[in-house]
Amino acid sequence: MSDTEHRDTIVRYTPRVRTNHWLLALAFVLAALSGLALFHPALFWLSGLFGGGPWTRILHPFIGVVMALVFVFLAATVWDDNRLQAADWQWLRQWRDVVNNREERLPEVGRYNAGQKLLFFVIVLCLTGLVLSGIVIWRAYFSLYFSIGVIRLAALVHAVCAFVLVCSILVHIYAAIWVKGSVHAMVRGTVTSGWAWKHHRAWFRQIIHAAHPRTGPD
Amino acid sequence: MALQSLDIARRSATTTPEPQVRQSYTGTVAKLIDTSKCIGCKACQVACMEWNDLRDDIGTNVGSYDNPPDLTDRSWTVMRFTEYENPKGDLEWLIRKDGCMHCADPGCLKACPSPGAIVQYANGIVDFHEENCIGCGYCVTGCPFDVPRISKRDKKAYKCTLCSDRVAVGLEPACIKACPTGALVFGTKEDMQQHAAERVADLKSRGFEQAGLYDPSGVGGTHVMYVLHHADRPQLYAGLAADPHISTFVRLWKGKTKPLALVVMGLTALAGFFHFVRVGPNEVDERDEAAARQALESAQPRRPPPGAGAAERRP
Repeated sequence: MSDTEHRDTIVRYTPRVRTNHWLLALAFVLAALSGLALFHPALFWLSGLFGGGPWTRILHPFIGVVMALVFVFLAATVWDDNRLQAADWQWLRQWRDVVNNREERLPEVGRYNAGQKLLFFVIVLCLTGLVLSGIVIWRAYFSLYFSIGVIRLAALVHAVCAFVLVCSILVHIYAAIWVKGSVHAMVRGTVTSGWAWKHHRAWFRQIIHAAHPRTGPD
Repeated sequence: MALQSLDIARRSATTTPEPQVRQSYTGTVAKLIDTSKCIGCKACQVACMEWNDLRDDIGTNVGSYDNPPDLTDRSWTVMRFTEYENPKGDLEWLIRKDGCMHCADPGCLKACPSPGAIVQYANGIVDFHEENCIGCGYCVTGCPFDVPRISKRDKKAYKCTLCSDRVAVGLEPACIKACPTGALVFGTKEDMQQHAAERVADLKSRGFEQAGLYDPSGVGGTHVMYVLHHADRPQLYAGLAADPHISTFVRLWKGKTKPLALVVMGLTALAGFFHFVRVGPNEVDERDEAAARQALESAQPRRPPPGAGAAERRP
């Protein structure tokens, strides 16, 4: 990338969104590791990372609350850009082109592609499920307000939502490694014009329109 | 009996086989509670407090003889009194000594995420090892009898141990020793079943036609059993579960689904790796940059070609 300085860069994520995203990522990793420690005996050793079993049990719900709060802010920022549109279903139908890097065959993508939008709503659903069920099974403060049947259901819902979320985030992390420039975008905030052109062309057109409204190109 | 009660047959959150060469060939143990002989004196409660060094808070009268009104972290057994008016219009005072049932298939042990916090000895006793307890309360979630209690002091789970320490050295549990009427008996499960059969026959001969032994098969049988005058309606006895079993939610939550979920998570990560190996990264090349530059130029025709400096454009 010797010619980086000769390329136009476009701001994709503002410092506020980047901070928000990485706080969320940090909270997710901690919540996932402490949660997986209690998910299956094979991963109980992860509780050592948090100072042992009791500390894992104490910290996990607080980490979860932080994650949910941080996500509320991020979701408020990106909600509008994640509305699913007709072109998104076409994009999803062509998932074979997506996974085989045949992006030129896909419909033009706005700020987020259908996969990202889908992930967004999976996170919304899973986090909602995790928070609600998590409150019910938070033994120290809240379980006493719920009947045993509700607690049992909540324990199951919590595990299912956590499983779906972990799988989805694994896909999300891999996608960031796969699509070069994504990690740079989320760490430094910018993408090259070529990146925007290739991956989010509709968004790219929107930007150049906004920067240069058609004021009579004579 | 002594050594076998130190052998651990099952251990919470453990996926490999326990040592099992030594087996309980002489049978497992059981406590038999004969509700028809119980006079509600609570000597068993006192003996439990004394032996286990437990002193619960002094409570308040809640309008019944139940004292304390419920099991707590420091009251591992509680007499529950029910005033039942039978169809003949007579009062029957049904008294049930409540506490851990020591299930053969313990829901608490199944639900526990902490290795070795709950164990089942070869003699059938289910015991909590509080030093390994993390205080999550999953045992409460798993128990079909609502027995374990989390202490407010240390956030650990407590319940009746069936005096595993006494049984280990050949003594009977403290409550058994204190019972003045013989309502509580302790021995091998087989002996207790035989004794119960005699008691049931006796009760039937005296008009309690539905008398029977409470040893619910839904949890694989229990190592604390009841002789009930009304075995057809266990609920009469302060809501004793008619058909206790580990909840379907708990089975789904703690059963085969979890290792399966772990495998799927692992495969998801692997799928990413092999996608990268087979398909490779999705990179932007010079043609994309050139096309983008062209699009920019046509949008700003009178300016020199972009590229002179990193012109940051905010969306």
